[in-house]
Amino acid sequence: MAGVQVSNVSRSFGAHKALDNVSIDFADGGFYALLGPSGSGKTTLLRQIAGFDFPDSGRISIGGESVERVPVEKRRIGMVFQNYALFPNMSVADNVAFGLSVRGEAKAVIAAEVQRALDLVQLGKLGGRRPHQLSGGQRQRVALARAIVTKPRVLLLDEPLGALDKALRVDMQIELKRIQREIGITTIFVTHDQEEALTMSDRIGILRDGRLVQEGPPEEIYDRPKSEFAATFLGDANIFRGDSTGNGIRLPDGTAIAAGVGAALAAGAKASCAVRPERIRIATDGGASDATNANMLKGQVSKRIFAGNNSTYFVERAGQTLKVIVQNTGADRLAEGQNVVLRWSPESTVLIAAS
Amino acid sequence: MAVEGAVASRSGLRSALPLLAPAYLWLTVAIFLPLSAMVFFSFMTDLPLSGKPWAFTLGNYAAFFSQSLYLTLLLASLRLGLEVTLWCVVIGYPAAYVLAKVLKGRSREAIFLLVILPFWSNGLVRIFSWAMVLREGGILDTALNAVLPFKINIDLMYSYPAVIIGLVHSYVPYMVLTCYLTLQAIDDSLIEAGRSLGASRLQVLKRVIIPLSMPGLVAGAALIFVPVVGSFMEPRILGGRTGTFYGTVIEDQFVAVFNWPLGAALSFILLAVVLVILAIASPVLRRAA
Repeated sequence: MAGVQVSNVSRSFGAHKALDNVSIDFADGGFYALLGPSGSGKTTLLRQIAGFDFPDSGRISIGGESVERVPVEKRRIGMVFQNYALFPNMSVADNVAFGLSVRGEAKAVIAAEVQRALDLVQLGKLGGRRPHQLSGGQRQRVALARAIVTKPRVLLLDEPLGALDKALRVDMQIELKRIQREIGITTIFVTHDQEEALTMSDRIGILRDGRLVQEGPPEEIYDRPKSEFAATFLGDANIFRGDSTGNGIRLPDGTAIAAGVGAALAAGAKASCAVRPERIRIATDGGASDATNANMLKGQVSKRIFAGNNSTYFVERAGQTLKVIVQNTGADRLAEGQNVVLRWSPESTVLIAAS
Repeated sequence: MAVEGAVASRSGLRSALPLLAPAYLWLTVAIFLPLSAMVFFSFMTDLPLSGKPWAFTLGNYAAFFSQSLYLTLLLASLRLGLEVTLWCVVIGYPAAYVLAKVLKGRSREAIFLLVILPFWSNGLVRIFSWAMVLREGGILDTALNAVLPFKINIDLMYSYPAVIIGLVHSYVPYMVLTCYLTLQAIDDSLIEAGRSLGASRLQVLKRVIIPLSMPGLVAGAALIFVPVVGSFMEPRILGGRTGTFYGTVIEDQFVAVFNWPLGAALSFILLAVVLVILAIASPVLRRAA
């Protein structure tokens, strides 16, 4: 087991910069998500760490050992592929045994280790099956067992749950997390699914156009995004743009929005504020103003989407559509076309430098 | 349900009949009838031409067993088939691998064209061009002597190697094509998965790629082995006196000696032997695949 350090790694394919000076420190035993839209470079970064491709510049080390020119088969990594990549010509047990067998382990050792790995992923009885006889979730587990049975230093997962349906995906998220905790392996996980990244990982790195946009624990990125992109890509956010007042912004129409969190910006600079939809309170009357709801805007409900446990209101205000999510507490629901007052606290407002 | 299914399949067969009929009609007329006639001939003492008397006999088949020459030639032909097939694997499989897994886009198209070019040229032209290359004072001889500082004589013409060269050249595209198709169907992520598990490229080739491309190898081998065992054109032109094989003897019976009954009998013995070999080989190969 080992940590992974990526330092100033760049990689271009022709004129396209797939990775642009990316540095991330993956601590030993952590569960990391690399999150980004398609083409953001997250898979390229994973392939650099795996060793399928070498960086043009920069360093990669696994457990303190510099590996950026070491081929895959010598890096002692485990990898789970998006399409599972199980060998169709082998049984489940032979698939899992592959890594140990190419290493030349004794037959008895291999059999015991394979059984242990299959038990870990709860497929102990299916060793004799062929991959095509398994369901998607079972193939996923076999792929995982095959990747960890060799006791790799780091486990790399390339959108491993992408091909599964929603219910199975949630099961596998919990399962994957359990197994990762049990063996304590450093895990790097590529996904474009923000919910998956939020629920599973200890830390998230958000990539965009080959650059690392922000990196940190999920709570930190969600509560204190450093860019509009991070705010809107991880979760939903209302973005207000205006001029910085030092502790907030002034909108073009003169309305001031106070921000209690985020960057320290000089007054006058272009800036944005991000507010999460669930942090805004929506009501038909203003009520009293205090420190917990100092920000106030008036608007009109244009649409309501009922989702059972909550409702999303779309509120029109000065040409901007704001999103407000209200938990279903049994209170009266607001009608479309109703005039409303939105209030939220400065502590829920993140000040972001204009990008 | 079952009745409905039967009706559906019967009406399906009826609608499929117009599509199947031309192919089966053609097979009947072009292959089955002449072949039946050949079976008939193989049991005759002489061809029933110009009122010559003839009778039924097993003598043509007995001839194969009474003269050891035929068995010797058959074994030589089987060996030739095996050798040519092996060379086609050795030359064709790596080419197919490169085409399927290494080259992309335009360069793949260009190389592919070069591979199937022999298909587009006339067989006789192909063989006579080899004759020009291989004979003493031919292209190979002249070229080598132009480059090398010492004098050597390359005269491969009318030799066993010349026959092998000509046959391999004619048949290697089959191996490239069948292997290319199976190799291309193998997902690249399987190779990456193998390497991520610590296997070298060679180990991945041995344990994953070759087993998965076995159907292509088997199909290619069958497509090559069968016609090579019965081949006569390449052995005759490139082999000269050393080029006497089972196929050339059969050809002689039809073309030179005009003993069709013996030629037909020898052909059916060859067919039987080849079928037996394929029957024995197929379960072994299927298990490997």
